[in-house]
Amino acid sequence: MTSKQIERRFNVLKTAAAIFLALGFALLVITFVSEDPVKAITAFIVGPFQKASRMSNIVEVMTPLLFTGTAICIMYQANQFSMIGEGAFLIGANLCTWFAVTHDKWAGLPLLLVCFIVAITAGIAAAIVPAVLKVKFRANEVVSSIMMNYVLLKFSDYFFYYYFRDVPSGQQASYPIPAQIKMPKLIPGLRLHAGVLIGLAVAVLAYLFVYRTKWGYAVRMVGANQNFAKYSGISVMSVALSTQLIGGGIAGLGGAVEILGRYERFVWFGTQPGFGFDGVLVGVLAKNNPLLVPVAALFLAYMRTGADVMNRVSDVPIEFVDVVQGLIILFVAAEMFMAKYKHKLIVNNAKKQLEAKEAAE
Amino acid sequence: MELISQILDLLLTPAFAATVLRITTPILFAALGGIMARRCGIMNLALEGSMLTAALFAVVASALTKKAVLGGVSAALADPALVSKATTIGMIAGFVAGTLAGVLMALFLAYMAVGLRADAYLAGLAINTMASGGTVFILYLAAGEKGVSSSLDSGAMPFIDLPIIKDIPVLGEIFSGQNMMTYFAWLCVILVYVILFKTATGLRIRAVGENPHAAESVGVNVKKVQYIALALSGLFCGFGGVSLSMSYVQFFSRGMTAGKGFIGMSAMNLGNASPVATAIAALLFGFFDALANVMQTLSIPVQFVQAIPYVATLVGLVVFAIQSENKVKKLKAKQAK
Repeated sequence: MTSKQIERRFNVLKTAAAIFLALGFALLVITFVSEDPVKAITAFIVGPFQKASRMSNIVEVMTPLLFTGTAICIMYQANQFSMIGEGAFLIGANLCTWFAVTHDKWAGLPLLLVCFIVAITAGIAAAIVPAVLKVKFRANEVVSSIMMNYVLLKFSDYFFYYYFRDVPSGQQASYPIPAQIKMPKLIPGLRLHAGVLIGLAVAVLAYLFVYRTKWGYAVRMVGANQNFAKYSGISVMSVALSTQLIGGGIAGLGGAVEILGRYERFVWFGTQPGFGFDGVLVGVLAKNNPLLVPVAALFLAYMRTGADVMNRVSDVPIEFVDVVQGLIILFVAAEMFMAKYKHKLIVNNAKKQLEAKEAAE
Repeated sequence: MELISQILDLLLTPAFAATVLRITTPILFAALGGIMARRCGIMNLALEGSMLTAALFAVVASALTKKAVLGGVSAALADPALVSKATTIGMIAGFVAGTLAGVLMALFLAYMAVGLRADAYLAGLAINTMASGGTVFILYLAAGEKGVSSSLDSGAMPFIDLPIIKDIPVLGEIFSGQNMMTYFAWLCVILVYVILFKTATGLRIRAVGENPHAAESVGVNVKKVQYIALALSGLFCGFGGVSLSMSYVQFFSRGMTAGKGFIGMSAMNLGNASPVATAIAALLFGFFDALANVMQTLSIPVQFVQAIPYVATLVGLVVFAIQSENKVKKLKAKQAK
């Protein structure tokens, strides 16, 4: 085995161990707090597969995570820890809905394309602030992007409330989204929509960008060793800027797909939908490789659907999933977690190679 | 013009100044927590989650001990002496539990970031995620509710009338009658200054933050110092949590920190981790937050007003960056000479 193979095998094992430990903790907590733990655990683990509608729901829940997860992957590849995915997602959905409801006479395809462009532009525009603050003023992008998310939330609330809220309807909702641009349903009778295909395409394109283009190489170089990249003539600034903007754009598109796929009206008022933070877990589980994002997103979607089922049929509140989610991130991110095992793997491998060498001589 | 004079009318009152002090309190505590972490070389992004957890545990512990002391008798029917005893014990229990929760959260971050060498940013974000879900989960278990802990009868830290000052016209209205935690926060500014600059531990913390390798080479136990600094960081987050849920309001509500931990961290950034400058920056953010509150009564869309503190933080980050760049330039110019 080469050291790269060892690294890969170890990463897979470590991620699996992290997931199992976190889920084990979850089961333990459920057992303690629930009156009927067997029912709750069954609902959590098996529940998502019990009905076709729930399985369709898993894919639905996974769809936005494909976008925010991919956005995180691209930014984290270059060590840009921007959290802007959250705000970009929201503002993308917001402006997409605004454009759609104000131009509802347009035909389907052109309107859809323009709506996507609006959402992507909105996402990029959202990401500009923390990105420029980072490269121009070296302001920490984690803090500035989180602040920016609050600003975007307030802007989204304002814009929704004063520009496209359906006042006569009496609900806290926008005018209905025109039917011609809703995401088509993939299977009759299920809510599963075509957005998942766009999400998968985005993940694959992002993979090709990061691993198969010169620019992507520069991105990975900056992530691996910023000083080395700088001395090799790579513009660290433009990489930092471009990855954050691309991330914002992808998250913005995700917002549009989510709102056109699952909602009749824009209803996110006063709270952040939270997909940006979920994207962090997806990115961490995927080891920042966009090609693994669908797997990671599927897992998280399964867990969330399970928790949702459990929340409905038993007495365990859905919020405990956040704790499990945080635990998984911690275990995967902890370098020293299973470090002894990794050490053993490397030593054993070296011994084997030595023996093979001696035998050959 | 009319709008401006309206705003000025609202601002130039002692009540507004008192509000600023009140709103600054949790921000200041978070900022002090941020200082301790930054000074030892670790960004504590978990300030937000630590404060939230502390706020919850303060309320739960306070309500539970109060109930236990009363022995199941409703407060309205019980003997007044017993009620006052229960209130006092509940208050102390809440304060202790909240503080402990803050410290434990910070030690958890320390174990992850220092002990297991996880990326401190990721660990901080993960802890925040855990705290935002976990607090709702625990609230549900303790009170059967997911939003506000209204069924828990928790207490408040005492409100204090300052002698002499309370009788001075304007000053009295501003400075007297605030909650104990507000005064305590400003005492903690001095405390942080003393810890950092007048004690051996503080010197070690600063040395580790400046250059861990250099500190290690002269025999400083870097890990231990970072654990201590982060524990102190958590201590102030704990105070911050108590000041959120046991002073001007006496309940816990989900997500009640609402970014105050991050604003505190920005204040720390703006003040460049110096206690006094950070306190002034925290006051500035408190001012904007209070401004947002009073301007809601005017004909400005409320969202714009609510966005002010966050925009101010972004501006603050830029100001801080320009400031430190100028410093570097000056130093370089000096060296060139």
